[in-house]
Amino acid sequence: MTTRHDIGFTINGRTERITIEARKTLADAIRDDCGLTGTHIGCEHGVCGACTVLLDGQPVRSCLMFAVQVNGRAIRTVEGLAKGETLHPLQAAFMEHHGLQCGFCTPGFLMLAAGALEANPDMGDDELVHVLSSNLCRCTGYHNILKAVRAAAVAMAMRAA
Amino acid sequence: MSADAPASSSAKWVGRSIRRLEDRALVHGQGQFTADLPADLNVRFVRSPIASGRLKHITLPDDACGLVAGDLVDIKRIKPMLHRPDYVAVEQTLLADGVVRYVGEPIAAIIAKTAAEAEDQVESTFADIEETVPVVSIADALAANAPRVHDWTQHNILVEGRVDTGGATDGGVDAAFAAAAHIVELDIISRRQNAMPLEPRGAHAAYDKRTGRITLTCSTQSPHVMRTAIADLLGMAEADLRVVAPDVGGGFGQKMMLPPEYALVVHVCRTLQRSVAWIEDRRENLIASFHARDMRVKLRAAFSADAKLIALDADIASNVGAYSGFPITCGVEALMGMAELPGPYDVQHYRCVSRGVATNTCPMAPYRGVSRPVITFTMERLMDTAAARFGIEPTDIRRRNLIDRFPYTTATGLTLDDATYREVMEIAVRELPLPAMRERQQQLRREGRYLGIGFSTFCERTGYGTPAFAARGMESTPGYEIVDIAMDPSGNVTARIGAFPHGQGLKTTLAQIIADEVGVAPSQVTVIAGDTDQTPYGWGTFASRSLVISGGACLVGARKLRAKLIRIAAHLMKVSPDDVVLEPGLAKARSTNQSIPIPELARTAYHKAHLLYGVADAGLSEQGFYDPPGTFSNACHVAVVEVDIETGGVKVERFVVVEDAGRLINPMIVDGQIHGGVAQGIANALLEEIVYDSQGNILTATLADFLPPTMSEIPRFELHHIETYSDATITQAKGVGEGGAIGAPAAVVNAICDALSPFGVTFNEMPVTPQRIRAALRRRSG
Repeated sequence: MTTRHDIGFTINGRTERITIEARKTLADAIRDDCGLTGTHIGCEHGVCGACTVLLDGQPVRSCLMFAVQVNGRAIRTVEGLAKGETLHPLQAAFMEHHGLQCGFCTPGFLMLAAGALEANPDMGDDELVHVLSSNLCRCTGYHNILKAVRAAAVAMAMRAA
Repeated sequence: MSADAPASSSAKWVGRSIRRLEDRALVHGQGQFTADLPADLNVRFVRSPIASGRLKHITLPDDACGLVAGDLVDIKRIKPMLHRPDYVAVEQTLLADGVVRYVGEPIAAIIAKTAAEAEDQVESTFADIEETVPVVSIADALAANAPRVHDWTQHNILVEGRVDTGGATDGGVDAAFAAAAHIVELDIISRRQNAMPLEPRGAHAAYDKRTGRITLTCSTQSPHVMRTAIADLLGMAEADLRVVAPDVGGGFGQKMMLPPEYALVVHVCRTLQRSVAWIEDRRENLIASFHARDMRVKLRAAFSADAKLIALDADIASNVGAYSGFPITCGVEALMGMAELPGPYDVQHYRCVSRGVATNTCPMAPYRGVSRPVITFTMERLMDTAAARFGIEPTDIRRRNLIDRFPYTTATGLTLDDATYREVMEIAVRELPLPAMRERQQQLRREGRYLGIGFSTFCERTGYGTPAFAARGMESTPGYEIVDIAMDPSGNVTARIGAFPHGQGLKTTLAQIIADEVGVAPSQVTVIAGDTDQTPYGWGTFASRSLVISGGACLVGARKLRAKLIRIAAHLMKVSPDDVVLEPGLAKARSTNQSIPIPELARTAYHKAHLLYGVADAGLSEQGFYDPPGTFSNACHVAVVEVDIETGGVKVERFVVVEDAGRLINPMIVDGQIHGGVAQGIANALLEEIVYDSQGNILTATLADFLPPTMSEIPRFELHHIETYSDATITQAKGVGEGGAIGAPAAVVNAICDALSPFGVTFNEMPVTPQRIRAALRRRSG
């Protein structure tokens, strides 16, 4: 387990070079080696989605990938959502619609929704529920998460228009 | 309303859905959770793979730094106490000492630089355990000659409560049954649950070489209780231990109990004088954190000819697992179930025996609602079963039995304060509306589709103080809360609270309560919680208590602060204090219309104290204390479900909640609490179950086996509120954290039974899984 690998990738637009064991998950590398602890680890077997990040724009479970797999690729995490002081529409909508309580699942939901809405800005409700069922939240009962993501979708469409 | 805007001079902050003050950091990924702290060393636990056995030897890898029970002889045992003659006080060592009692019990701790290295060594550790016969179920544990989980005890019953309303004049419960027109009997089973907070447990201890103090940062609901308990176990002065609860990713009761692992982390840190962390993984959380609600209730109920409930006779058992948890003890489910079983129904003849039973399974902790989801399920199945027997609508039988005069003294001596047990149901009936739903049900049945409507009405004891816990015989009686509240020289307010919110938005709601009293905006109120160095002693957040009790203490403290501000303002304006009113941002003399801005008053209190000589002490610092008797929230839940008889699948189409939680401080936050509780209740009814095999092996150790709901399983909610302002709480708010989880399971299962009534199929067991539905239908058709 002692062989270590040098890899490079971008994270929230910044270039990172880290040296890691092959067995290290992407989630652990983001948290331990890149110091970005907004990506949370809830189950480590790919069910809860708290560790969701965008890999080349696609939502992925960072607990189900090895960090060595992202060599040369682009990662976005929750820390990269806001532009300076300006919140991403999803962040604003989660606050506005009480889409979070304890906040542990929130980064994963934000990244899941960001990836989904960037790929398909006008998803219908059924499709939205289907996509958002990828992740678990234990506090909100999902009602307000759906409300928030719907509102953010409208805001993102208006911003794009 | 999304406004954080200042209120007009007459508007109050209480009652408004302002945005939460907690959210900004969390949506930026800047929350601070225990696992975010780096540590010099990491601990992983070797856990017993055997449910019951003699632990003969543990062989650690040669290069491992590890601890076993023999290394911990100076550490006291965890021994929670109930002062009751029927309580058997079992003890727990931090690591199993000679005997293992459940799969997952920690038997050794491995310390390494990284968690991965420690896990490698855990994998290479060998435990020689001689298996003995386990008891897994309540029936196993109560069988004659059953092996005992703790061999020095006489049997596996660790607590046994009894109540009998007797009847010197009327013959009591037996006479009521003898006179009954109908007797209904039910066997209720609640399968084992896991609260499953999304953040598993975790502890991080850091040693301060300068002072010798240790800071334990941990995922807990009760930082002060953790400090007292761990200092006791390790023989430390409490002053040498600081406990910090940072952001906590949900608790739901599981994190109010003392984990042996946390004490061990502090011990390792104290011994090695380096920072040490243990971050629980999901598998550990599922098998070895704390479980809940593994209960059964045998109920007999006597009804008069007009469907009036006249007597209840219940036998309750709670499977408490292998040990008794601190501070709430293994009596919590059984004793609460006994005291509160009759719920919102008028019945004065009541007999109950309620036992907490030890087994070779993971220990029990309270989980949102504790045993009330089970007793509500019991009473609501009773009402529907009896309604069918009498051939009347489920709502009709409830109308005949719901309490409608207050205060009402229950058969067990509890006082039910002002509430709306019948009104909430009538509103639900109108909102559905029920006749239209019945029509739709008939229409769908003709198409071979099975729609069901299920009601659940309940009351929930919330915000109760020390007397309620003392009545259970608890050695430690949680209940009160203390708040230190101060206005600084700039006119901003800081409230230091002993309670500990972890997702409930309490910092926002307390700020609203305080803001109204002292003439500031909530954004000017900083609430500090979760640090034993910075907050007065308190019990944490559980039992739907924090807004009621900590909120009450905030109100008491803020009123003192307000009185002082008024006294100072009156002196400076040379008017009587009765003439002064506080308005947003200023103190005004009504007679002269003269006013002083609050910041100026605050500055004066600190920096021009000579002006107040003989009028007020310098500074603006007060303490609020509150220890209330308790109050009962109530609600009616209605589930509308469709059952697919081919697959056994259940779709919850609608979920209506009519809730009376007294005064709503922040309606948005109240709704959020109900949403989350109902979702957990729906999961309780349909999905979630911790399963053991007969040898005590746990079969649900991943989230592919234990099934929390996703957005697809949870409907959009329809919520309505009544606000009954009860005198039982100073804020007139009642607790609301648990109600959703209490009422929902019964509503969902009643709806399933209603849907399948053409087949004569009923369920008195939770969860009602597709397998159970199909099995029941097969039995009927076969």
